[in-house]
Amino acid sequence: MSGAGVDRYSHSAIALHWLLAIAIAISFSVGLYMSDLPLSPLRLKLFNWHKWAGITILTFSAVRLMWRLLRRPPPAAAMPAWQQVAAHRLHQALYVLFFAVPLAGWTYSSAAGFPVVVFGVLPLPDLVAPDKALAAVLKPLHKYLAYTLALLVAGHIGAALKHHFIDRDRLLARMWPGRT
Amino acid sequence: MMFRRFLIAWFVIASAPAGAQQLVAAASEIAFTSKQMGVPVDGKFRKFDAQIGFDPKKPEAAKIGLTIDLASVSLGAAESDAEIVKADWFDTAKFPQATFQSTAVKAAGPAKYEMTGKLTIKGTTQNVVVPFALTQAGANTTATGAFVIKRLDFRIGDGDWKDTSMVANDVQVKFKLALTGIGAL
Repeated sequence: MSGAGVDRYSHSAIALHWLLAIAIAISFSVGLYMSDLPLSPLRLKLFNWHKWAGITILTFSAVRLMWRLLRRPPPAAAMPAWQQVAAHRLHQALYVLFFAVPLAGWTYSSAAGFPVVVFGVLPLPDLVAPDKALAAVLKPLHKYLAYTLALLVAGHIGAALKHHFIDRDRLLARMWPGRT
Repeated sequence: MMFRRFLIAWFVIASAPAGAQQLVAAASEIAFTSKQMGVPVDGKFRKFDAQIGFDPKKPEAAKIGLTIDLASVSLGAAESDAEIVKADWFDTAKFPQATFQSTAVKAAGPAKYEMTGKLTIKGTTQNVVVPFALTQAGANTTATGAFVIKRLDFRIGDGDWKDTSMVANDVQVKFKLALTGIGAL
């Protein structure tokens, strides 16, 4: 397609998308790995890194959401209306989870009695007072919200690949970094 | 020999302040805060006892002793409580108690004092300076204070846990001791 630059997302939107994609993938993997570790310096490190990553994801998601609301995305490739609707709903759900997953984790950390101190230097306020019963509810909530996010991300990637390899439209190029 | 023993006994009785000075353990707290990667983690001891000989008008003559049952520690999380009694930390199997014995107490302002003493944890004794303040309500006296110890001085958090970028060396100790039988300020 000629003039590919015109129907692409802005550089900032593309940078935020891939930065968050990497941060979420790492944070999810670390979260999955660390939860069953016995108490050790490694576990302590991973928990803190995971929390720092979560707060970073939360912050950049806020920037990204503002960017998304202020700048119209480029038009999508031609596709049936139900697919347009499904894509839109999926994007909305992803955005909700970009906030819900880290917020549930932060609240869980507060309830468990561990304040979040970003990068070991910036103490964040506790979202709730320490409460073991609440922590026992928030832990699985954080976990299953993260699983839901992973599932939706898998659907998102699947749809993008389907457009690229089966429909062979230029949809993926809208978000692909670098020149196309 | 008999006479000497009698003399010592007499001296001990004579120098003991009037009325028994006692710790009200249920109304007292000994707590500490350590930092794990910048995150403050609070702990406390549930079992401790004190031997107090203190006259606010003669702080120099004070003798204050404290015994803490280290296995009574609580960090608020079951897995941390299971870890901290292990050999790398308090090693309560070998060293069930921490003790403090004052060596000197001096006045440091109105109702404020500075106590020097020997703190023994895990078989290691260190000199510590403990400032404290007294408040009185009726027959009850409350002593509050805080001081900082270096955990590695006592080999608390040995082995894999020596790294102070993970668990800070400085540990803040805070106490509130409820006492009865202390003379008026």
